[in-house]
Amino acid sequence: MKTEFRIQVDQALGKQDVRAHFRKAMDTLMTNRRNQFPDNAELQRLRDQAQVIRANALSKLPELLEQLEANLTQNGIHVHWAETTDEANDIVLKIMQKHNATWMIKGKSMVSEEMGLNHFLESKGIEALESDLGEFIIQLDGETPSHIIMPAIHKSKEQIAKLFNEKFPDIPYTEDVDTLTRTARDILREKFYNAPVGLSGVNFAVAETGTLCLVENEGNGRMSTTIPPVHIAVTGIEKVVEKFSDIPPLLSILPRSATGQPITTYFNMISSPRKQGEKDGPEEVHLVLLDNGRSRIYSDPELLATLRCIRCGACINHCPVYVRIGGHSYGTVYPGPIGTILEPQKSGLSVHGELVQASSLCGACGEVCPVRIPIPNIINRLRYEGVHQEESSVLDAGSKRKPMEAITWKAWSWAATHPSMYNLGSNLATQVRKLVPNHLGAWTSVRTAPAIADKTLHQQLKALGVDHE
Amino acid sequence: MSEARSHIFQRLRAVPRPEVDTTGRDYIPIYQWDKAERIKRFTERMQAVRAEVHHCDRSSWLSKVAELCRVKGLTNLLVSPTTEWGQALYQQAESLPSLTGYDQPIEAWKQEMFYGIDASLTSTLGGIAETGSLILWPNSDEPRMMSLVPPVHFAILDTEQLYTTFAEAVQAQDWLAQGMPTNALLISGPSKSADIAQVLAYGVHGPKELVVILV
Ligand code: SF4
Repeated sequence: MKTEFRIQVDQALGKQDVRAHFRKAMDTLMTNRRNQFPDNAELQRLRDQAQVIRANALSKLPELLEQLEANLTQNGIHVHWAETTDEANDIVLKIMQKHNATWMIKGKSMVSEEMGLNHFLESKGIEALESDLGEFIIQLDGETPSHIIMPAIHKSKEQIAKLFNEKFPDIPYTEDVDTLTRTARDILREKFYNAPVGLSGVNFAVAETGTLCLVENEGNGRMSTTIPPVHIAVTGIEKVVEKFSDIPPLLSILPRSATGQPITTYFNMISSPRKQGEKDGPEEVHLVLLDNGRSRIYSDPELLATLRCIRCGACINHCPVYVRIGGHSYGTVYPGPIGTILEPQKSGLSVHGELVQASSLCGACGEVCPVRIPIPNIINRLRYEGVHQEESSVLDAGSKRKPMEAITWKAWSWAATHPSMYNLGSNLATQVRKLVPNHLGAWTSVRTAPAIADKTLHQQLKALGVDHE
Repeated sequence: MSEARSHIFQRLRAVPRPEVDTTGRDYIPIYQWDKAERIKRFTERMQAVRAEVHHCDRSSWLSKVAELCRVKGLTNLLVSPTTEWGQALYQQAESLPSLTGYDQPIEAWKQEMFYGIDASLTSTLGGIAETGSLILWPNSDEPRMMSLVPPVHFAILDTEQLYTTFAEAVQAQDWLAQGMPTNALLISGPSKSADIAQVLAYGVHGPKELVVILV
């Protein structure tokens, strides 16, 4: 039986135009990144630095979270904790209800995607309107992001033009990107003007100063956190760093790795709500800190590296699997290599464990990761966790174990360590080689079946006069 | 304290933590750029993202602003009467479009801010040559929306405050001792997006034009 993932992959592979579109987009992103790091030694040094900053923060995570909470609270920002996405959604809902807010405007936030926030609020009669241009486009079409940095990257200009024409029939059809952008600007300006609540994500939270940092190009993050009277920020508990001096190096490597820009248009550092005498900015700021499996990942010394991620998307842009199957095939919030390691750990190997097969282990992701997460090693580890039997920190470890496969491998390892049995087996295989069927399941759907040699390796070497050692 | 909080902390505290060798953590790239080089780099970076940069001095910047307002056909300019630059502008009001101050909380004039203001002018705390960025710390004289809502944003940058890197600026200005403001900002060009088919478009939500006046 084909799993949902395999079906989606099959469908994605069949769409020639979409594949070409992704290829072109990823090629551009890879080139842009490469141009940002002309000096390899400098790049490696920056990666070391970013890795140390993130690893140091994780090694002190509970202390830093406490310090962050204390400083934010002192600055007047309300801090909330959520173990699950349900809890996080409830916290947001309660804040909305307290202000009798019937809708909110959102800046880009992957954690809110993780929470399924829009869907949840909708079920409570509250509208959540996306204002990041890419998110706005896919929300119009009822889709989810196909990339963590560029959510609408799967859509062509023509598709977006058609979509706008369908949703805003008063505005003449155009494929001109500037005009489309202006249309979105005008629609969303009016929304920002009236929005009772704004929601955003957080790129870095500084424990030392109680500062929430946001990286963006459009201004949707600034609008969402500046104009509405209430600002709610949502983020994972791993996003904290210790010192403000940790920020410049991270800011230096994040946009360069992500989209190949030296810096984004805006770097927005928020440390408090509107103070006495200030004339604008929200009166109330909330931060929701979400766990959702992160503290479990934290408990494993190898898997902990997953939490260093600064969500730059470089691993996605460089992944030969992602570029072919696109973001939606993964069926998860985070696609590509980072999704491959994060999603099965968050929701369990029995839910998304199959994703760890979606890798050729070529190593590109690990090579570009600005915080040096050994993604291929973690993929390997999760493959192992899927089929082994011992106690494990990974959710649903062993759930991918197939009894037949397990017995086969057991038998193989026994035979391989018993030379006489092994020789008997390989001799036998050369005898019955004609009996190997031409069709061997998925393997032969695009390949010919492998042929067994008529002599074993031992026999061939002997014939060549190669000595035993 | 919430139950979620104590559960999360219990789990985080239950495990042994790795020792992290923090060598290299505080490295700051050093470029030997003199002032002229910093100005050159800053200008190149800004222009690469379609910001306007005008090189002026303390005697010429005012007429430059007046000229740009005329060329752009601006009918009004939002500017604080209390900053050094604002004071000078208000004294030259006859050669400028009508000047508006941000003198009451936004709630009292939101409509005008959103739909009536053509452009704003703000001071900056400094600039960063490496990335072509302006540093802004909005305050009650120059609130947050000034550099965000109007379609054109003029920013005056004193070249004495043009640093090489962000890290250097944070150290030189001793941000930690000052205490972080409500909102600190780096602005590196006009608002932009490549979300539609990777085609770069300017003026998505923030200003469509950023005009930097170097003095
Ligand atoms: S895993 Fe590394 S490369 Fe991938 S998004 Fe995270 S930080 Fe970027």
